[in-house]
Amino acid sequence: MDFFGFFKGKKDSSKNAAKERLQLVLIHDRANVSPEFLEMLKGEILEVLSRYVEINHEEFDIRLTRAKSEDGSREVPALVANIPISKMKRPEDFSADRQRECI
Amino acid sequence: MGEVIVITSGKGGVGKTTTSANVGTALSLIGKKVVLIDTDIGLRNLDVVLGLENRIVYDVVDVVEKKCRPNQAMIKDKRFDGLYLIPAAQTRDKNAVTPEQMRELCDSLKNEFDYVIIDCPAGIEQGFKNAISGASKALVVTTPEVSAVRDADRIIGLLEANEIRDIKLIVNRLRVDMVKKGDMMNVDDILDILAVGLIGVVPDDEDIITSTNRGEPAVTNEKSKAGAAYRNIAKRITGEDVPIMDLSGDNAFVAAIKKIFGVKQ
Ligand SMILES: Nc1ncnc2c1ncn2[C@@H]1O[C@H](COP(=O)(O)OP(=O)(O)O)[C@@H](O)[C@H]1O
Ligand SMILES: [Mg+2]
Repeated sequence: MDFFGFFKGKKDSSKNAAKERLQLVLIHDRANVSPEFLEMLKGEILEVLSRYVEINHEEFDIRLTRAKSEDGSREVPALVANIPISKMKRPEDFSADRQRECI
Repeated sequence: MGEVIVITSGKGGVGKTTTSANVGTALSLIGKKVVLIDTDIGLRNLDVVLGLENRIVYDVVDVVEKKCRPNQAMIKDKRFDGLYLIPAAQTRDKNAVTPEQMRELCDSLKNEFDYVIIDCPAGIEQGFKNAISGASKALVVTTPEVSAVRDADRIIGLLEANEIRDIKLIVNRLRVDMVKKGDMMNVDDILDILAVGLIGVVPDDEDIITSTNRGEPAVTNEKSKAGAAYRNIAKRITGEDVPIMDLSGDNAFVAAIKKIFGVKQ
């Protein structure tokens, strides 16, 4: 599922661009989420995941977007992350990491 | 007992003062007793838009500081029976008035008037807090632009947080030619985004500029489309069920009307 492509616009008119940009910016405004918050979240998610997988840091992307609620009746904010994995770590690697961390 | 209605927007220059002048005048033309209060302290404008700038003696700061009685500061509009203006102070700043003082003033005025209409300054600071403090209803003005709609959304949130639940939207400066080309958001697009009901759509209209030049609100001009839109808004404020003007000739507006008058919401 292409979460990000979904927001690129159906028609190429400037009013659609306006509407879609507004919808996205309002999700942030309404959720009161700062860019610093997203950076913090990104940092911690990276830290945890890096114990288990090797992640392409350049392409790691996390953002707030909108999605339909479970019953489809309203729009709710959703956190969407795009995390390209370059290599899975072997169990012995991450148990070693774990041990190092515990010491 | 009258109603206190604040006209607000967040963003500057979207038409709050124009709307205050026209809605206030239109209400007086249908026989209501109306007092307009300009709360844009330091940036007084409603007096010139109404053509009453030469008659100012006292202002709203004088009233709340009890240097004069409210009716000494009220300028009675000689052209329109029942229309009064309490002008803003020009040489003071927003902190010269407190929300408590404004609430007290509004409470006393609504015993005497059908409508107390408050022209709010731009922004969300002290001036905004003062302007909304005495109001129980709000008209939020926006234009079909990203920044104006975004600010309107913020303002709606702040109004709700301040227990003002009766909030209606005015879409101002709509350009039908641009909407048709897909180069301007239409009313439906804006209603999709903002969770409030619509009370009127005002076209972008040169008559607003020429009437403001003369200090004669556009509602007095029978030929002006914007004037007609504001007269309809005034009627809707009094509870009359007036359909939204079809500015575009296409179905978008029909859908918008359905949305306001029951089908959705
Ligand atoms: N419907 C309209 N058509 C054309 N010009 C308009 C319209 N509404 C407002 N204007 C113009 O836009 C400018 C800003 O309006 P104003 O009412 O002073 O905004 P605000 O009080 O929100 O700052 C003014 O020059 C006014 O004449
Ligand atoms: Mg103004």
